[in-house]
Amino acid sequence: MMRKRIRYGVTAAALAGVMLAATACGGTTRGDDSGDGSGGGAQGEADPNAEIPEGLAISFLPKQLNNPYMTYANSGGQEAVEELAGEFKEVGPSEANASSQVSYINTLSQQGSDAIVIAANDPDAVCGALNQARQAGSVVVSYDSDTNPDCRDVFINQATAEDIARIQVEMVAEQIGGEGEIAFLSATPNATNQNTWLELMEEELAKEEYADIEVVDTVYGNDDDQKSFNEMQALLQSHPDLAGVVAPTTVGLAAAARYLSGSDFKGEVVLTGLGTPNQMQEYVADGTVEEFALWDPKDMGYLAGYAAASLSAGRITGAEGETFEAGRLGDYEIGANGEVVLGPPTVFNADNIDDYDF
Amino acid sequence: MGPDVGTAPRAAASPGADSRSALRRLAGTRETSVIGALVVAVLAASLLVEGFASGRNAGFLILDIATIALIALPMTLIVITGEIDLSVASTLGLTSAVMGQLWVMGLPLETIVPLCVLLGVVLGAVNGLLVTVAGLPSLAVTIGTMAMYRGLAYVVLGDRAVADFPFEWTGGATARIPGTDLPWVVLLIAVLGGVFGVVLHATPVGRSLFAIGSNDEATRFSGISVAWTKLWLFVASGAVAGLAGVFWTLQYGSARADNAFGLELSVVAAVLLGGVSIFGGKGALPGVLAGVLLLGVIRNALSLADVSSDVLSIVTGVLLVVSVVLPTTITRLRERRPRAAPS
Repeated sequence: MMRKRIRYGVTAAALAGVMLAATACGGTTRGDDSGDGSGGGAQGEADPNAEIPEGLAISFLPKQLNNPYMTYANSGGQEAVEELAGEFKEVGPSEANASSQVSYINTLSQQGSDAIVIAANDPDAVCGALNQARQAGSVVVSYDSDTNPDCRDVFINQATAEDIARIQVEMVAEQIGGEGEIAFLSATPNATNQNTWLELMEEELAKEEYADIEVVDTVYGNDDDQKSFNEMQALLQSHPDLAGVVAPTTVGLAAAARYLSGSDFKGEVVLTGLGTPNQMQEYVADGTVEEFALWDPKDMGYLAGYAAASLSAGRITGAEGETFEAGRLGDYEIGANGEVVLGPPTVFNADNIDDYDF
Repeated sequence: MGPDVGTAPRAAASPGADSRSALRRLAGTRETSVIGALVVAVLAASLLVEGFASGRNAGFLILDIATIALIALPMTLIVITGEIDLSVASTLGLTSAVMGQLWVMGLPLETIVPLCVLLGVVLGAVNGLLVTVAGLPSLAVTIGTMAMYRGLAYVVLGDRAVADFPFEWTGGATARIPGTDLPWVVLLIAVLGGVFGVVLHATPVGRSLFAIGSNDEATRFSGISVAWTKLWLFVASGAVAGLAGVFWTLQYGSARADNAFGLELSVVAAVLLGGVSIFGGKGALPGVLAGVLLLGVIRNALSLADVSSDVLSIVTGVLLVVSVVLPTTITRLRERRPRAAPS
């Protein structure tokens, strides 16, 4: 009996030893990072007059397939690629997973795609694969959610955080008549973009013109429909004088509108924020919500398509200050860090909401 | 894919039946049919799918399945004993989260890596003790620890991602062996595969695993410590999952609590596809490695052929159902045969 135990023990110890041996190496701690690879974008000379060749293979890799927002964004990409006589392709994982995009990048790189346009699920997990694809001759454009700047040439930003914050403050201030208590219904307490917007909105509200507006509460719906619904309900009950609610999240805005439309506060309390036209259509129609904002994802995809083709043709390299032409959207300039800003968010209301489908 | 069961009695009547039925038995084992399917799949993909047959693509393919291959090795042994470990992907996630946290705290990677493997050992031991000492079914235990370890991973790292690992390490995880297109992890898989293969197929310990899977009461009476054996298997599984957590984190250069979410299903899928019986007692390591490769080849070839990811998961699903249903059906048919034979 004892001997048998020893034998198992020895087997296990041998296994562990092999594993340790297989992973041991020099001596590396955080901080003695000896610089990794090339700095993002900007290699070689740009030739603004270069022809965009026909038949460029431009591949879109969304966060996940069958996500209505991404599908709509990519319809803009397809429009751009077809205008440029290129070959449009859309591939991607069925689940928005941090590492699931990597095998798709490898496939595109193996297929010799001229350009990869990606909305990254994880800014760093896709980096190694993207850089391999670039070494193999692809250009990389990120859109919607950026990758680490080291592994793409250009990032198409939907709108600046300042614009997003400013437009939401403008909408709520105007609708409550410039004075009263307001509250925020956000997503999760640690969502980076949400927190940036909240911070900038507070800054904006500190301006003199908004002196009569007071922020009384910030609650979190965790981007969960039911939780957001309950938080909206609690918010209205605990602040009887509340004049307006700003929900800078599409899930939160739709859930809040659903609660508001069925409550006595409908028409009394102003609700605005960031939402998609399809989700908000009925609440605009029944008067629960007057105006809300979001960028147009289709234009974002369209701009990404033009940026990809311009990069691939050598018209731009991703360096700050370069400009390129983007079809029906006009001319764009590349900003710091290879960022191109689509423009201020679009405001949706009863007049224009039917023109959009996403 | 399956052997032609129905014709066996007729074959037995003809001359030279002995050698022929031995041949048939060999051709009919599940491992050989998986290996055969793999060869067919590789040939078909090389001929039909542009871009498949290249060294560079082989490198991509192997990196894609490396984690599954690693974790499938101890999983094979566990499933052969009639148990299962569904907590492997959560163990991977937790070690990844701990690795990120320790790195943020400033520990050197040379210390972090063994600690992560050790953490895997501990997590595996927890599973093993709950199965053996508490006598609970491993399915229930590891479904529980699957949720628990994943929860702990979120406690450790939350929604954050730690990504500032040094390039020598992250690049090293995907680097190719000089002069080839194969990543270094191939060596790790080969070494561990060798160790687990030898233990399973060439030692008394290995024979006892098959015995436990076939009839664990009888095995216990024959003097083998079933509990002890199982405990070590879960420890090995945890250790390899911990090591896989380190590899995954470096491969993607990103430590996250949700890393490898749902991977346990791919691992179990590969093991079953490789010919291991889910009821225990039957299976072989080469078959499992062929199963892992087969899944990888199918995924890689279909995505190179621009087949959408939805169709891809349907194809993999169908393959699995077939690989589980087919052997069961064959066994049923075999059991029925003696009764039918006299008439």
